[in-house]
Amino acid sequence: MVDDLYQEIILDHSKRPRNCHTMDDATRKADGYNPLCGDKLKLFLKMDGDVVRDLSFVGSGCAISTASASLMTETLKGKSREEALQMMERFHDLLTTDVPVTKELGKLKVFGGVREYPARVKCATLAWHTLKSALTGNTAEAVTTE
Amino acid sequence: MSTVTSAVTAGFDVEKIRADFPVLKQKIHGKPLVYLDNAATAQKPQSVIDAIIKFYEVDCANIHRGVHELSQRSTEAYEQTRSKVKKFLNAKSNKEIIFVRGTTEGINLVTQTWGRRTLREGDEIIIAGLEHHSNIVPWQMLCEEKAARLRIIPIDDRGDLVLEEYEKLLGPRTRMVSIGHVSNALGTINPVKRMIEMAHKAGALTLVDGAQAVPHLTVDVQSLDADFYAFSGHKLIGPTGIGVLYGKAVLLNAMPPYQGGGDMIRTVTFEKTTYNDLPYKFEAGTPDIAGGIGLGAAIDYLNAIGMDKIAAYEHELLLYGTEALSQIPGLKIIGTAKEKAAVLSFVIEGIHPHDIGTVLDRQGIAVRTGHHCAQPVMDRYHIPATTRASFAFYNTIAEIDALVAGLHKVKEVFS
Repeated sequence: MVDDLYQEIILDHSKRPRNCHTMDDATRKADGYNPLCGDKLKLFLKMDGDVVRDLSFVGSGCAISTASASLMTETLKGKSREEALQMMERFHDLLTTDVPVTKELGKLKVFGGVREYPARVKCATLAWHTLKSALTGNTAEAVTTE
Repeated sequence: MSTVTSAVTAGFDVEKIRADFPVLKQKIHGKPLVYLDNAATAQKPQSVIDAIIKFYEVDCANIHRGVHELSQRSTEAYEQTRSKVKKFLNAKSNKEIIFVRGTTEGINLVTQTWGRRTLREGDEIIIAGLEHHSNIVPWQMLCEEKAARLRIIPIDDRGDLVLEEYEKLLGPRTRMVSIGHVSNALGTINPVKRMIEMAHKAGALTLVDGAQAVPHLTVDVQSLDADFYAFSGHKLIGPTGIGVLYGKAVLLNAMPPYQGGGDMIRTVTFEKTTYNDLPYKFEAGTPDIAGGIGLGAAIDYLNAIGMDKIAAYEHELLLYGTEALSQIPGLKIIGTAKEKAAVLSFVIEGIHPHDIGTVLDRQGIAVRTGHHCAQPVMDRYHIPATTRASFAFYNTIAEIDALVAGLHKVKEVFS
């Protein structure tokens, strides 16, 4: 039932999001927006060459989008740009396909329950779309999930 | 809690009514469907579904001009709906009833014909801070094209329009006041009769977006003295794809056509075309015939119950629901206007509407979450979204109890 979606770890990260603050010395920033529900997210990255040294976010959103942003920031610290984008692909597959879960996803696999709630996939991917926008440099306009 | 029965709810055979709505008989995620998203669209009774099936099974033909039997039948059924709408709104004449796709198209028809012909640079259009996007964007587009000015009547903390401010906005440059009769996001019933009178005194025309009013109140366009009044069939237990624009004949006659095509012409040569009379001048192309016939069946169904009885019953639901939801700790109702339709928009501290909607859905309860196509209203209250339960005459006190139980479950999940 609904507990498959709102697993303990998701509820924990939505109530106590990690890395939830602005970052003065960020080297990259991007804004994300889900026009469907009004969720807004600002993502900060500190790049060291090709490596994501640190990342943080602020914003307002539902439990799924907040927990997703929180867990994403935890997972990606120290990962290379390429690894981060690959992780995004795997995460997207987890939410939208039956491809077997790979162990690289780690804690992120708790979002597998979202697959049963198609209306909520965009909530879970908002942070990741914003990440892609920050990493690929197209940050002139807020990225939307639409 | 469901032991409360007033004279109104007791005298209203809601179970008999519910039996007419096949969609209500199903279970969602193993629980009986509790459909509280009526402001988005209403469910359809069997008689409406049957009317549509009968058209396609027995009477299907294009309307107007056909000499054969089927065309005469379909024309008659379609045109009967026009008469029913005329009576339902108390319009003066069938000529004033223009079939459109819905409220949105009705408003766009006015902005594209009356607006483009009439508006001049510096003219002003007034709308209210409560409007649905469909009564904002068409006017914005028009004002941009004509270098005209869009002015907004503010709303107070309860969700009532501030009429003193409205009075100040009215002036010699005001050409049109376009207001929602009932707010879809908050349920506020606006004092449109008085507002129309004020607009007319200032020499302005008026359009009323009746999408949320027609399904819940008795509407009399002559008593309101509205110049234009638009509504959608699908919110009135009718089909999607059909709606109505009412306009005073004198205004409609002076307006240029909306779209060109068949049915809206009298004569066509390559040199010149003359246009048909009202209402056909505004009805180019084959319309949603089945939709029109279905709308007629919907009006018959509502008339058999009586709009006054429907309004009184829904008001009981509103009072009961307001009281019941107010008991939930941390829940705040957004929109507490003096006059309200049966809409309860609310927020719960610390829980996002989207999460509330998902948990309720798993209990079979359908509500809407989001900005309800009224982002300026959300901005006014500094919230990104609300959860909205909107009621129809087939809802019950027991369903409100189910909503309350569902919300307690929501609080449990996110405690």
